[in-house]
Amino acid sequence: MAVDKNMNILIVDDYKTMLRILRNLLRQLNFVNIEEATDGSMALQKLRQGNIDFVISDWNMEPMTGIQLLREVRADDKLKHLPFIMITAESKSENVIAAKQAGVSNYIVKPFNAETLKTKMVSVLGDF
Amino acid sequence: MQTNNNVDPGIKHELANLREQHGDTVKVSEISQVVESIMSSMKGDLTANDLELYHELEALAAYIHEAKSDIAALRPDEVRDEYIPTASDELDAIVQATEIATNTIMDSTEEIESVMASLEGEQAEKLMNATTNIYEACGFQDITGQRITKVVKALKDIEDKIEALVTAFGSEIEKVKADQPENEPSNAELTDEDLLEGPQQEGEASTQAEIDALLASFD
Repeated sequence: MAVDKNMNILIVDDYKTMLRILRNLLRQLNFVNIEEATDGSMALQKLRQGNIDFVISDWNMEPMTGIQLLREVRADDKLKHLPFIMITAESKSENVIAAKQAGVSNYIVKPFNAETLKTKMVSVLGDF
Repeated sequence: MQTNNNVDPGIKHELANLREQHGDTVKVSEISQVVESIMSSMKGDLTANDLELYHELEALAAYIHEAKSDIAALRPDEVRDEYIPTASDELDAIVQATEIATNTIMDSTEEIESVMASLEGEQAEKLMNATTNIYEACGFQDITGQRITKVVKALKDIEDKIEALVTAFGSEIEKVKADQPENEPSNAELTDEDLLEGPQQEGEASTQAEIDALLASFD
């Protein structure tokens, strides 16, 4: 099934520059409905308002980290099926294992390129 | 503190008192006081063991005194008050400057993309690839920012440890400061090294207009 390019994507990162990079790269992949949050708690608030179809989140943020956000999402009956990709500079295998155990859909290590982002999105959402 | 069985009972008693006051762990700053206390308790006939202990303690006291002076002479207060804050400010300035530059690069790239919308075919594709590469490369700001944040945290830890040193050796540092008064502004000519300060912090740096005015003042 083709991925709906009008899907609502929530990008979460405490670095405004990274949010802007992600927004531009997603726009180049023809995804236009993009919302932003600068930490896990702000992201959770937006998620609970509904309408978000897909989450791309950084790990290292305050006050709520990306892994905490992921756990909250997976513990919430209404949100637990959301595809969730972690994009982070945390590259230790312990981090990847913890994220996998928390239910991450895929994991991208920074610095990343557009091709990796697309490949991981395809693996989670299907071809587009 | 283990006590030798041959040690004078008076000293043993003194050691027991000290253990009661300070426990088995004595702070560096209290060692001199402890040593002096033991030494002052030594009176009357001394055995060979007492004398040996006395000499060891005397040497220890001298060593501690010298170490305290050496540490104070390093002026940890200066490191705390000047060098660490300067290093933190410089690192913050790097993060700010790279952020501003990255956003300027992205402004221009978005501008190129808006022009690109009117192009088609190979030209449009080439520009699309180029702009994608620019966006990817801009990720350096995020990575360097995180690395610098880690360095700033490490500096904060060092600052805390230096603070503890300054507290422990406060009186020694005051003595060193009294012996070496602050450098008075001198009329000595600036050396080439004095002129190598690197970029200044915003607000401290001269503007181009100020520099032009200074240059003009020579005419």
